Amino acid sequence: MSNKITAWDRVCLARIAERPKSLDYINSIFDDFMELHGDRLYGDDKSIVAGIAKLDNVAVTVIGEQKGKKAKENMERNFGMPNPEGYRKSLRLMKQAEKFNRPIITFIDTPGAYPGMGAEERGQGEAIARSMMEMSKLKVPIICVVIGEGSSGGALAIAVGDKVVMLENAVYSILSPEGFASILYKDSSKCKEAAESMKITAEDLKKLKIIDKIIQEPEGGAQNNLEQVSNDLKKYINDSIIKLKQIPKEKLIEQRYEKFRKM
Amino acid sequence: MIIDKVKKVNKEENVRNRNEKASDMMIGKWVKCDKCKEILYKDDVHNNLSVCPNCGRHFRLSSRRRINQIADEGTFEEIGQEILTKDPLQFEGYLKKVEMLKEKTKIEEAVKCGICKIEGEQAVIAVMDGNFLMGSMGSAVGERITLAIELSIEKKLPLVIFCVSGGARMQEGIVSLMQMAKTSSALAKHNEAGLLYISVLTDPTTGGVTASFASLGDIILAEPDCLIGFAGPRVIEQTIKQKLPEGFQKSEFLLEHGFIDRIVERKNMKSEIAKIIRLHK
Repeated sequence: MSNKITAWDRVCLARIAERPKSLDYINSIFDDFMELHGDRLYGDDKSIVAGIAKLDNVAVTVIGEQKGKKAKENMERNFGMPNPEGYRKSLRLMKQAEKFNRPIITFIDTPGAYPGMGAEERGQGEAIARSMMEMSKLKVPIICVVIGEGSSGGALAIAVGDKVVMLENAVYSILSPEGFASILYKDSSKCKEAAESMKITAEDLKKLKIIDKIIQEPEGGAQNNLEQVSNDLKKYINDSIIKLKQIPKEKLIEQRYEKFRKM
Repeated sequence: MIIDKVKKVNKEENVRNRNEKASDMMIGKWVKCDKCKEILYKDDVHNNLSVCPNCGRHFRLSSRRRINQIADEGTFEEIGQEILTKDPLQFEGYLKKVEMLKEKTKIEEAVKCGICKIEGEQAVIAVMDGNFLMGSMGSAVGERITLAIELSIEKKLPLVIFCVSGGARMQEGIVSLMQMAKTSSALAKHNEAGLLYISVLTDPTTGGVTASFASLGDIILAEPDCLIGFAGPRVIEQTIKQKLPEGFQKSEFLLEHGFIDRIVERKNMKSEIAKIIRLHK
């Protein structure tokens, strides 16, 4: 894609309804995805999908923040904004992956963790903190892919991995440009300006060494050729897992620690 | 008759007191409690650990005063003071604002870390400061806290963090966000090492700090009536389009919902922390 695309253009591309969501990538990259439900504490959060699947012939655990494409599905999925039980389901299945020595792949696509009353009552902050803390010491390879909108702690909660990659038009930020503009410019309509200064594009984040790799998208965005993006992503995930599996577990954890320690 | 006289004397005294109060008011010796609305003599508040003598409201403390209240006299040795604010977004006006704040607050960043003794017990301590950009966590805060955690691992000492924060520091963008992962990962190591971490939540503790080290204590204490949460009350109200009930996201609410261990008044904080440390020796 041309370099003339602005950061705000990418925000818009990352958010459009027809952009592939976590389940689209899960179904096109993996075989036999079996969804598993519930955090064993409170409920099942539909804004995070998780389960076991096969990557070629290797069993892996897959977790993704799931937005909807249409209004009804978006309501069901809470627009991809997880509640604490979503993060706790995700963490439960990551620990299960560790037990059975399965690599973990996470897909990040959220406007943020849900800021609702129930979320606060059930410890949204604790759920996010615990998820990051536990991910940092899991003894299996973790690949994190930002596929759309990676906003705030709600995104980072499932993005503490050995490799963090972004699709070309995905954005990853401390909060939405609208939120940023309303806090720092006292005017949420200055979101375009905010997007430019926030360094939220894959290119900027690669330079800042926040991410390891950019996966290219076709002209106009990933929705125009899901197969191509999925193939490239699959190749990257496969190659990374093969390399990461060769690293002794203690060293893998130390490397992951150093990766975030430097930031 | 005598009673009348006494009353009269008292009345005169009251008038004199009031006049004195009025003149003191002019030179800023008075402060109004934001909870009970009582007008209070600043010295009285100061001498009462900055707790309202009338209603018990715990006012915010600078990191310096907090350290004086918790550390044994003369035992605090600061670490990490060489870590200063960075400007990864080259955000307009940010460093200028930081310079102004440094001048005004006489501190360099929103957290002070070090090693000290608490009732004779050695500990690593990190104390955030709400006077510095609302205690927000940017790279310097995250780095200083991580250094404190690592020092406590190296020296096998208990760790105490006093939290006060509006959350991640917006002006440093994604780099601020990553401090959540960095501090949480360091605490994972601390945890693996079998060491004690006491997290103390003070007013307010929100956002990215709640969603990282503040919530990860082996034991989590809070001062009474603090605002503690992930999302701020205004954001929640905008989302759900209704007003939040009285007491929502207050310390007492968190205790009831199982997210903190104990509410501790400021006057008992030092002895309570020391007691917990001794129970882990």
